[in-house]
Amino acid sequence: MSSIGTGYDLSASQFSPDGRVFQVEYAQKAVENSGTVVGLRGTDGVVLAVEKLITSKLYEPGTNTRIFNVDTHIGMAVSGLISDARQLVENAKTEASNYRSQYGNNIPLKYLNDRVSMYMHAYTLYSAIRPYGCSVLVSSWDEVDGPSLYMMDPSGVSYGYYGCAVGKAKQAAKTEIEKLKLHDMKIEDLVKEAAKIIYLVHDELKDKQFELELSWIGKNTNGLHQRVPLKVFQDAEKYAKAAMEEDSDSNSEDM
Amino acid sequence: MAMMDVQSGDSFESFTGLDANDWLNASVRTGTTLMAAEYDGGVVIAADSRTTMGSYVANRVTNKLYKITNNIYSCRSGSAADTQAISDIVSYHLGFHSIEMGEMPLVETAANIFREIIYNYRESLMAGIIVAGWDNRKGGQVYMVPLGGMIMRQKVAIGGSGSTYIYGYIDQEYKEGMTKEECINFCKRGIELAITRDGSSGGVARIGIINKDSLNEKMERRTFTGDLHPRFYEG
Repeated sequence: MSSIGTGYDLSASQFSPDGRVFQVEYAQKAVENSGTVVGLRGTDGVVLAVEKLITSKLYEPGTNTRIFNVDTHIGMAVSGLISDARQLVENAKTEASNYRSQYGNNIPLKYLNDRVSMYMHAYTLYSAIRPYGCSVLVSSWDEVDGPSLYMMDPSGVSYGYYGCAVGKAKQAAKTEIEKLKLHDMKIEDLVKEAAKIIYLVHDELKDKQFELELSWIGKNTNGLHQRVPLKVFQDAEKYAKAAMEEDSDSNSEDM
Repeated sequence: MAMMDVQSGDSFESFTGLDANDWLNASVRTGTTLMAAEYDGGVVIAADSRTTMGSYVANRVTNKLYKITNNIYSCRSGSAADTQAISDIVSYHLGFHSIEMGEMPLVETAANIFREIIYNYRESLMAGIIVAGWDNRKGGQVYMVPLGGMIMRQKVAIGGSGSTYIYGYIDQEYKEGMTKEECINFCKRGIELAITRDGSSGGVARIGIINKDSLNEKMERRTFTGDLHPRFYEG
């Protein structure tokens, strides 16, 4: 055994001498092995994009998707262990449904984010259980509050974002996101940029195949979270692939 | 022979068939007239001020416009104890909720908490409530939560025993997009008409105005005492 952990990594309920909780860090590592997930928030909506890695050619396309509807007005994209993530989706759905039956209106994303991240955090406190091996992005839009995007990680920490990325290539994706002027971008452009980023950061050598997933929510969808329509999806994919070719052309010129 | 009995000094009860001492055992009720109406920019709520125990007027200056939060009020009818208790519970609930959410509660949210309680305890409660208020999402709103725990949003709502006498008035006179003063006069007149016909409604007409200013300051109130009420044809 290597020296990491040295006995302090067996339980989430114990600190290491230098103040770390190894179980939580391992959970974060689990996320870093997963396909990249990107969320972009513009002026009139939010786009979620997922690089769903295909581990076997025997899988049917369109299965084991990583973007979910939590409620009509809330989308969730997950990175990390899919089975863990499905539990979080279930938890979020229950929260949203309970809120609706008690208060008769849509759960605000800010509140759902608080509830789900508290739930994730609770799993970092006890020795008998392990933290969730996934990070999730949640998106929403409404007339008064406009677009909102949050990301929660296995430690239970969460922040609101203009743009964020998790998973394998989060660093590369973040660099790409920072180039965008998200403050004045419309959702139609965000879809294309999100697709482009996923294609750009995908590592063809290590992971051969992937499936792109795209969802949006905004003024144009009437505040409903939906997968983007086929036409929009194809246009975004075309744009992404064109940008990739341009990129490789310019690279070869350099050589 | 019956006449003989009366003449021989029989009691008021057997003469009239009424129980003059009914108030001894009667529960306290806000046999009431309530109104709430949306206008251009907010809502006006209105109520009479009579609380009765049977035929006895237990309180003639009751406040039936009950504060839930700065921007939300309930208009109470039915058992005084029940409606007061429910309002206090909702008030507590919303106070907690608004801290948790970090913003003022919505009128719709308040109305739904009323609905939840009134529906769940429909067998034991006597409460018909109109929830009215203003929030930055849907502006001025009126929600009717009657006896069984139904909920419905309306532009204008009336409630309580006195309301039955003024349905025609409401149907004829309510207009969408009234100004504040028009709406106040509309509600005031409604209460006054009900007070003259309904024995369980009386006292003063209380009016409350809720709009975007209500978030920061006290709700604007107006009270019209009996001597200010108009006299209608009395035969």
